Parts: sequence; structure tokens; C-alpha cells
Amino acid sequence: MSDTLFELREVEKTYQIRRRRQRVGLKALDGVRLTIRQGASLALVGESGSGKSTLLRVLLGLEPPTEGRALYRGRPIAEVRAEGPEFARRVAMVYQDARGSLDPRMTVEALIGEALLHFGICARSEVPARVRALLARVGLPAEVAARYPSEMSGGQVRRVAIARALASEPQVLVADEAVSGLDVSSQAQLLNLLRRLRAEMGLTLVFITHDLGVASYLCDEIAIMYLGRVVETGPTRAVLDTPAHPYARALRGAAPAFFAPLSDPLPGEIPSPIDLPPGCRFAGRCPVARPDCRDTDPALLRLDDSRAAACLHPLTKEPAHV
Amino acid sequence: MTAPMTRPMPAPMPEPEPAALLEVSGLSLWRGSRKILDEVSLRLGRGETLALVGESGAGKSTIAVALMGLMSAREARVEGRLRFDDLPDLLALRERDWAGLRGRRMSMVFQDAGAALNPCYTVGSQLVSVLRRKLGLGRAEARTRAVALLEGVGINDAAARLSAYPHQLSGGMQQRVMVAIALACNPELLLADEPTSALDVTIQAQIIRLILDQTRARGASCIFVLHDLALASQSCDRIVVLYAGQVMEAGATRTVLERPLHPYTQALKSCVVEIGTDELAPLDGGVPAYDRMPAGCRFATRCPRAAPRCAAERPPLATLDGREIACWNPGDPA
Amino acid sequence: MTATDTAPTAPRRAGMMRRRPFFTLASLVALGFVACAIFAPQIAPYPPTLQSIDAMMQPPSAAHPMGTDSYGMDILSRVIHGARYALLIGLSSVLIGAAGGLVLGLVAGLSAGWVEWVMLRLIDSILALPSLILAVAFIAILGQGVDKVILAVGLSLIGPFARTVRADVLQVKVQLFVEAAGLMAIPRLAVIRRHILPNVIFPLCVQITIRISEAILVSSSLSFLGIGVTPPTPDWGLMISEGRGFVSFAAWMSGMPGIALATLLIALAIVGDGIREEFDPKLRTGR
Repeated sequence: MSDTLFELREVEKTYQIRRRRQRVGLKALDGVRLTIRQGASLALVGESGSGKSTLLRVLLGLEPPTEGRALYRGRPIAEVRAEGPEFARRVAMVYQDARGSLDPRMTVEALIGEALLHFGICARSEVPARVRALLARVGLPAEVAARYPSEMSGGQVRRVAIARALASEPQVLVADEAVSGLDVSSQAQLLNLLRRLRAEMGLTLVFITHDLGVASYLCDEIAIMYLGRVVETGPTRAVLDTPAHPYARALRGAAPAFFAPLSDPLPGEIPSPIDLPPGCRFAGRCPVARPDCRDTDPALLRLDDSRAAACLHPLTKEPAHV
Repeated sequence: MTAPMTRPMPAPMPEPEPAALLEVSGLSLWRGSRKILDEVSLRLGRGETLALVGESGAGKSTIAVALMGLMSAREARVEGRLRFDDLPDLLALRERDWAGLRGRRMSMVFQDAGAALNPCYTVGSQLVSVLRRKLGLGRAEARTRAVALLEGVGINDAAARLSAYPHQLSGGMQQRVMVAIALACNPELLLADEPTSALDVTIQAQIIRLILDQTRARGASCIFVLHDLALASQSCDRIVVLYAGQVMEAGATRTVLERPLHPYTQALKSCVVEIGTDELAPLDGGVPAYDRMPAGCRFATRCPRAAPRCAAERPPLATLDGREIACWNPGDPA
Repeated sequence: MTATDTAPTAPRRAGMMRRRPFFTLASLVALGFVACAIFAPQIAPYPPTLQSIDAMMQPPSAAHPMGTDSYGMDILSRVIHGARYALLIGLSSVLIGAAGGLVLGLVAGLSAGWVEWVMLRLIDSILALPSLILAVAFIAILGQGVDKVILAVGLSLIGPFARTVRADVLQVKVQLFVEAAGLMAIPRLAVIRRHILPNVIFPLCVQITIRISEAILVSSSLSFLGIGVTPPTPDWGLMISEGRGFVSFAAWMSGMPGIALATLLIALAIVGDGIREEFDPKLRTGR
């Protein structure tokens, strides 16, 4: 496909850690396959320890994969990043800790202006006007430009971080839990803002979240991760309506919903990625695990044109083997 | 892990209950010149679960802290009446009377279990010390009880876990230990201040279930401080919606949330993203600073149905359609 | 509730003078010394080196409020002029120390591998000796005189400055905004100049206010030992040293400059502490 922006092929990322004086490989990512097309909006969903953050670092070219290939427009991401600021300009990032990602000794104008000047978006004399336009775009008044991040509320700081990310006129916006930890009304304001920006600017959106409601509101596609692996992908609506992977179903059941009776929670916790069980890594917590799940490791297989799941016995139907 | 116990939908409680366990009337709290709580009134029946919901700055946690008597006179001035069971007014109690109450008849589960547990002591010694101090148990007896408590909150291999330090446990496990400590003396009232907001969703479901099952098994009442309306609708019998230290709407969860009549409850509900939500209609702006609060209804500055009277005159908490509501213009959204 | 959603902080500068009465008093005292230093010729009743055989070792009187020394020089005038030397030496040497410490600390904090190893050993070796001993060693090499004292004391202060700068650099360089700048493909040098340096300079300025008193003490000690500035320069350390032999019957000769030195050091220490507590985010009591 020509409009493929990112392509991850069997990406593995292993960190060497010391445990009891031995060097042990910690597989943060294990055979991740993912394609992000131009204009798509993808939600990466998973609990802590699922490898979301590592996947993000690989996607941004901050870390090369240990195995497999991570490509941006058909070329290795690390190579494209090393060539100059063009990749950084096209792929912008909004951090979860927006306050920490902004230099506390710079005003909002200086922060956004830095990005404008660095990427050569406009001349120095035009910076104040540009900054005000960007602030207006994220729904902040012009007087915010003279403030420091510490003088603003959590919701405002997130908006500044988004405005700064948009300064380079990116094609891709990568957001790591950009709306979590906020009050519901600020969160709803930000979600509407991100939706509007996506429509107005034709952004490709990669949104990391643990909240399925947020994922379904913002993103057309979803990839659910568990222990360094993508266990199910597909159109958000379809995946959440009829999850094929038992973990996807459990996540969906655990998400709060008005007046729905509390579902039976998934037992246990995510195991350590250092000593993984053989077979399916979800088998230990899976309510419908069968004997073969404990010794056969399922691959991510196609269910239909748009969906795929890594499960030997998917809840929808048997996978068509490709 | 958790004892599977199917919990039916919370049914609306009959409104006038004869002997409430806790009755808060006209609770106001000042920090300096800032009035953090403005005449908060609420009641909690025996065996009932109550949700305090609202955004940050609404005073949810302040109410919880004031209920536990953890507010010193130096940092805040408190007015009003807190009746708990046979004690006519908790605010009049002296610190030494609190000792027999706090941790014994009422206890608390904090948001950040990792910070609330002492990192220098093992889980076992923290649990055992509570049991020995509050219940006067002997060493061996306390240990047996501690193991039973940990098993009760779904911790496998409880005897071995007693010698673990808090940092050796995952966030979910720490929160289970906190619940075990809070339940150690079979309290009549358990306060849970955002017990799950630092946890993953599947763990959140486990902990909420655990708290509900355990308090129900003991016939205890429970107050949840929450910011998630959907979660409140799933877990609590009754709900109190707070805004900037004022009660906006209160009543049976189903009554209030299925058809909210207060504009703030309606706004709050329309901000919740569920799976499949298509439209969000959030309020603009934020909560005004305490020195710029209107004298009347504090929500008047953002209310879509505000009239001149709202900012000037405080609406009383009146009964309407099976719930209590403080609004001059209640009704369905336009 | 949510930790990220802190309300905008109210301006806290306004009430500082009122909230810290000791700080206010100490800054007034320190400013008084600065005024003495600047306007010494105008304030002092006599020239500082004017000798008078008629008025040797006189106790404090109306004509000589602090008395006179063994050469008949007016001690008040010498103390006032001494403030000049104390502050000049203190400020200049601290600036030398801070500049050297900034360079060493930045390199040590930002480098890796063998460069970092060498820098750390260098800083450690400077820190191994107390600044006074180090200053004595430098004086032995450089010789005596005001300029030499400034240089010696300045060099001896590089170690402590380098250590605090390095600690700040290590803390700042792992902050998210530094990673974010790297992600924007901003060149490393620009990141250091724009993001790391400003966040290190500020705590360094606070350090400077605290270390001025140390520098003054070390320079006075050098003079007291007789290896600092040369007589008849009106230096406090030198004056204390000269009065040493007459302490039993002319205590004012050492006592007056001693009181001046102690007062200035205490005032500077209080001012430095106040500034640190007020502006250092690490000491602020957050929520």
C-alpha cells in the first residue's frame, strides 16, 4: 500500500537487565506486527506492563528494535530520524506528563516559538502572531502566551503541549495518555479538541490509552496489547462490540458503564515478562483457556479483512489460516 | 482470587430510613478565608454504599478527611454536626475519644496504597500491630487473624506474604493489603478515597468488587469517593453530587443518574466517555477561585440555566421526584 | 485529587519581607555593609592609613568611636574601608569559583565514559582538601596581594561549586522536557544552552549568595595568617591579627574588626538561606 506511514514487522525489543548477578533478557516487545496508514487513527490499548510505551519509543525512532523491522514510509525509522529534523517535524508527540515535558523556565510563547523557529515554520518576527493563532486553535486565550507552565491548570497545560506539537505542522500526532488524570469536564473538552483537530488538519493519530471509552471516541482502529504482544486489532467498533480475544472481552467488561452490573473481574495480574509461561501468555488468566493454550503460542492471525487476533480459540470464529 | 459472589443491581433504597448510621448536617469548612465546604448534608444508612462524586476541588476528599477526624483545628475551621451511630457529634470529640473510633469503628482506604503503607515495615507487622493495638490480641492470635484477613482479600500464599515489604507487592496487591488493614477491626463504616484511580482497569474491577463483597459480608456501610459517574452507578446504592463544596443533587444512584434534574449532574453525565459514546457536550471553563465564588449557587457561573437569582441566593436542598436537589430551575435538559 | 491539576499558584514574592523578619533585618545589615564599601571615603572620618603618633592605642572615644591601633590609625575608618576589601574579595572570588565550577560541573554532568571519570577524579581531588588549606597552597604559588588572594580563594571554591552544578545537571538532563527537545531533533548543544543551562544557572546563583560568606572567611583567615593582603591595607583579618598581641589591654583593636566580620558573615548567611528557601522548588512545601 502506498499510503502506509508506519509498518512494524515482527518487532522485538529486549532489554538486558541484571537479576541475581545474571544478565536476563526482558522482552518488552515480542513479535509486534502493526501497520498505520496515512489519515488513520489508531488506539493502542493495554495495561501497564503491556509494552505500549516501548512500542511508542520504537515508533518514534528513540530506540531501534532488537529484532524485526520498524519502517516509516518503507525505510527504517532510526535511519530516517538520523537524517535530520524532517521526521521530527512530521511526527509530533504529546506526553502524558505534559507539565514535565515543558521547560518550567520558559513562557508559553517561548516554548511554542522554539518549535516554530527550530523547524523554520516562520520568521522570528511572525512568532507572536503564530503562537496566538496556535493557542486559539487549541482553545486558549492569547494572554496565556506570557505565562509559565506552573501558572496554569492541568487541562491548560495539556492544551499548550498540544499547541506545541502542532507548531511543526505535523502529519502524525502521537499522544501518550494525553487525557488521563484530568477531571471529566477537562477530559471531554480535550477529546472534542483532538477530534476537531484531526478532522481539520487531516492528522494521523496514534493514541495510547488505557480507557476503552476514550479509544472508541477518538480512534477508528484499535490494537490491544498484552505482555509485549498485539493480541487483537481491527476497527474499534467491531472489536469492542464483538471482541474475539478473551483479554479484549475482559478489558471491555472491566470498563465502567452506566448501570451495567459489575462484571466478574479477570483474576490475577499481568505476569512478569522475564519468565513467561510456554504457550499463550494470557492462558493463566484466561477464563476460557483450553489444554492446548498452555503449550501452543498463538500467532496474530486474520479473522476477516480488517480484524486479527492472537488466540487459538477466538470468541467469534475460527481463524482463517493465512 | 476474589470469592465470586454475584452482586445484584443496586436497588433504590426506601427514602426515609429510620436509623441512619451517619448523618452529616450543615457541615462547613474554612481554610483561612476560603470556604471549602458549604453546608454539606448527607446521610448514610446501615449496610449502604454511598458515592461522593464531583470534580477536583469539589470537596469530596475533604469530607472524607473531616469524617475521620483527621482535620486539625489549626488548618481548618469546621462547623456543623456529624452524628455517627450513638455519638451525637463527632466534631465535639477530643483526640483521645477518636482513638477508639478511628481504625476501629470507621476506617479508610486511600488512593495511593504505596504511599499509605509504611515502607519500613513488612505487611505482616503493619497488620499485626493494628490488630494488637486496636483489638488487644496476643501475638500468635494476631498473626493467625492477619493470615485470615489477607486470604479474605484474595491474596494467595498469605502466610508467606506477611514477611513481604510493601514495595515488593504490585499496586493491586498493595491496595488489597490496605483493604485488609482497614477491615481488620470489622468497622461499621469504610471510607474509600478513590481506591482504584491509580490502578489498571482489570485490577480496578477486582478491588471495587473486593471492597463491596467484604463490606457487604460484614454488614458495614461504605462511602466511595469517586470521579467516575459510570463506576458510581455500578457500585453504589446512593450518590451525592458535589460541586465546589456544595451538594447539588443526592439520592438513589439509579434515580439520580438515569434522569438527573440538576444542570450540573446533567453536565457531568454528558462528559462521561463510555464505549460507543458519539457526542460529548462538556461545560466550558473551570471552577472559579474561592474568593470569586458567587454567594448563592456556586455552579451559577457555568450553569446553562442560570438566572439572576441563582448567583445571589442559595437554593435549599429540597426533595423532588424521589431525590434531594439544590437548584432553582431543576428539570430535564433543554 | 488529580495531582496534575494544581491551581495556579498565587504570587508569593510580595509578602516575603513581611513573612521573614530576620531575612529583612539581615538584608538591611548586609546592605549597610555594601553602602560602607561603596561610600567608604565619604563616610570614614579619617583616611584609613593615616598614622598619628599623638593617638596611639586610644580606647573608643568621641573622636575615635572604635578607638585607634598601635600606629594611631582610626579603627572605625579602617573597618569601613575594610568592608570594601571583604566584599570585593568575597564577590570576585566567588564569581571565579562559580564560573570554574559551572564549566567543570557541566562537563562532568554531561560527559560519559573516560571524560566523566577524569572530571570526577579532578573534582574529588579539589574537594579532598578544605578550601582554606587549598587557598594557602595557591597563595604559596601565587604570592601575596589582593588580586592573588581573590584568585587563590576563587580557585579553592571551584570544587564545591562543580559538585553542586554536576548534581543539578544530572537531575535536569533526565527531565522529560530534555527528552522532548531531543525528540524534536533539536541539536544537543542547543538543548544544553536553551534547556539545561538555564535550569542549572538558577540554583547556582543561590549557591553564590551562600558561598560569599565562606569566601570572605577564607580570605580573612589568609590575612590573619599573614599570607593574604599586605599591611597597611585595611583588611579585617589583618587588623585582627595585628591586635592579637595587645588583646589583654587594647581589646578593641582585634574586637572591632572581629565584630564587623562576624556581623557581615551572619547577615550574609541569613540572606542566602532566605533566598534559597524562598526560591528553591525542592524546599517548597507543595501539596
